[in-house]
Amino acid sequence: MQTKKIKVPVMADLHNRGEKAEYLYWVGCAGAFDDRYKKVAAAFAKILTFLDVSYAVLGKEETCTGDPARRAGNEMVYQMQAMQNIETFKTYDIKKVITICPHCYNIFKNEYPDLGADFEVISYVSFLADMMRSGQLKIDDSVLHDTIITYHDPCYLGRGNNIYEDPRSLLRKISPVLKEMKRNKSHALCCGAGGAQMFKEAEKGNKEIFIERTEEALKTGAEIIATACPFCMTMITDGLKYKNREEEIKNLDIAELIVKALKI
Amino acid sequence: MQKQIIFSIVLLVTLGVFSYTTLRLVRFFMLTKPAFKVRDTGKRLKLTMKVAFGQSKIFRMPVIGFFHALVFWGFCIILIGSIEMVIDGLAGTERVLKILGGLYDIIIASGDIFALLVTISILVFLARRLFFHIRRFEGNEMKRSSHIDANIALTLILLLMISLLGMNITYYAYTFKSGNELAGVFPVSSFISAIYNSTDTGSLHNQHEIYWWSHIVLIFIFANVLPYSKHFHVFMSVPNVYLSRLSPLGKLVNMDNVTREVRLMMNPETAFSAAPAEAEIERFGVRDVEDVTWKNYLDSLSCTQCGRCTAVCPANITGKKLSPRKIMMDIRARMNDKGPGMVKNGKDYDDSKSLLRDYITEEELWACTTCNACAKECPVNINHTELIIDMRRYLVMEEGVAPGEVKAVFNNIENNGAPWQYSSEDRMLWAENIEMTVND
Repeated sequence: MQTKKIKVPVMADLHNRGEKAEYLYWVGCAGAFDDRYKKVAAAFAKILTFLDVSYAVLGKEETCTGDPARRAGNEMVYQMQAMQNIETFKTYDIKKVITICPHCYNIFKNEYPDLGADFEVISYVSFLADMMRSGQLKIDDSVLHDTIITYHDPCYLGRGNNIYEDPRSLLRKISPVLKEMKRNKSHALCCGAGGAQMFKEAEKGNKEIFIERTEEALKTGAEIIATACPFCMTMITDGLKYKNREEEIKNLDIAELIVKALKI
Repeated sequence: MQKQIIFSIVLLVTLGVFSYTTLRLVRFFMLTKPAFKVRDTGKRLKLTMKVAFGQSKIFRMPVIGFFHALVFWGFCIILIGSIEMVIDGLAGTERVLKILGGLYDIIIASGDIFALLVTISILVFLARRLFFHIRRFEGNEMKRSSHIDANIALTLILLLMISLLGMNITYYAYTFKSGNELAGVFPVSSFISAIYNSTDTGSLHNQHEIYWWSHIVLIFIFANVLPYSKHFHVFMSVPNVYLSRLSPLGKLVNMDNVTREVRLMMNPETAFSAAPAEAEIERFGVRDVEDVTWKNYLDSLSCTQCGRCTAVCPANITGKKLSPRKIMMDIRARMNDKGPGMVKNGKDYDDSKSLLRDYITEEELWACTTCNACAKECPVNINHTELIIDMRRYLVMEEGVAPGEVKAVFNNIENNGAPWQYSSEDRMLWAENIEMTVND
């Protein structure tokens, strides 16, 4: 067993060499800048490399999708970002985009087409679930076999786009002991970060939403709380710290769990 | 003949009042903005069958949802009998739909059974409202008048069912005793009619007349009270489901007027040739009720204040002021306040108040996480998030008002292409030193 360093391909470099990648791996701002979520971005890059997928990232040419601006009411900033991104995609003739962030996924899939975007958008959970179904992704279920996992649905995968089964099919393969929270799937409680809440103090109330949700996750007795969204991860991780449980209970992204199961 | 004349007059008065109400609402709708083109008839019919007639979203709360479904299905069946009563009243006939034969027996029999089931359900609903403390029926927006409104609607339905059963029971007892031909099958009423064993036919006939008139007059009153009550959803919910937004909940509506401006900024020449200069300067977002779309207004009329939206709202659960139900109630209340003035004096009419701030505060709007739990939960497919975002759009783009941290996010996105203050030069730092284990 040995380790190797992987190099993440960048669209511009491929372009200069006259090469093309099948998929654009859209990392998102959290993947690029949030210290915790950078590890998730790296985990997914490892999986793509392991599966020998033809992919590349935009690197320095990537820019915010405009989602936080749009949901905070700034349509102007959103549309300027969107048009800039659509132009970049055209430059590299990008036809398929994989996102790890559900907010990026939603805005690409549902909202960019209104501004003339024409590309396929795939959430990484659906991409991986498809790979598993087709037999290309073989998850070793012995690694985390007896670990109790619970899954927190991100609003923009779940209610927003009806993706409930893909993440669960992956998690059930990683560990058959998938315990649902009381409010799950379309009933799931938000982590509290959507709609630009991530970036501001919450309004006056009697509790923080992320604490309410973390408490619910803890009630399942899970050893791992699986998330599939950078904002959810920030919130649930904060919740675990608030509850002083971050030592015993881990908040991991589905991509990180797959890396563990693949032992890569 | 005398009965037909009286009935015709009563019906005319009913229709007169109803037309007045309808016209008032049509004028209100004409003040609203366009939303979307209603296409995809097939998809919409399927959705209506599932969500409205199948009560699929009501069953998200299975126990109490079951009672509601009984009331709804009962209402649909009993409606056929009510139409028959109107024909009978006008034409002087008796149970005219009996020409339907076996189908008539089925309709009347199910109506008779449903009358009992609806009675039981309504008693359960009344008990919940009067004797139990149900959290979702409380909340700041639920004033005394809201509770009275609910109890009046339930009482009216209860009286409707009692009069219907009374009508069926006395009809059955009368035909049984007088030896007349019985039209329809009455599984419940025939059983109860035993209590009339010692009553003579003349008295039974009179009692039946009293029940018949009470039932039809109650229907007429109910129909005219509904449009002014929270219970208007009896009429509006099925159309509202049919006219649902068909896009995924995650999708926000594009602001085409902003698109024109952005294109103009990015490429002045093509934008000019593409869009002819439009005379009217549109307001960005929603400030007052004339800025909402017909769909938002229809949503507000379809809301029966059940509070399922508010019960699942993460902001509301954790004590914030936001309540999605209140947003819907506010639109309807605001139209009631400002609508008549606008109908009379034109859309520019100003009563020095607005939906934003006088009804819905900034604090409520900024508490939303756009998680769409409210819209997912709503049994009649109301979308609350859309309106919240539209009001934020007004605040941000017309007034430049937003919490400080949110303004910083706007600046960061514009300047560095990320919500945080990091340079785009650092976007590949995550990809340095990724180590992978090679298993061989």
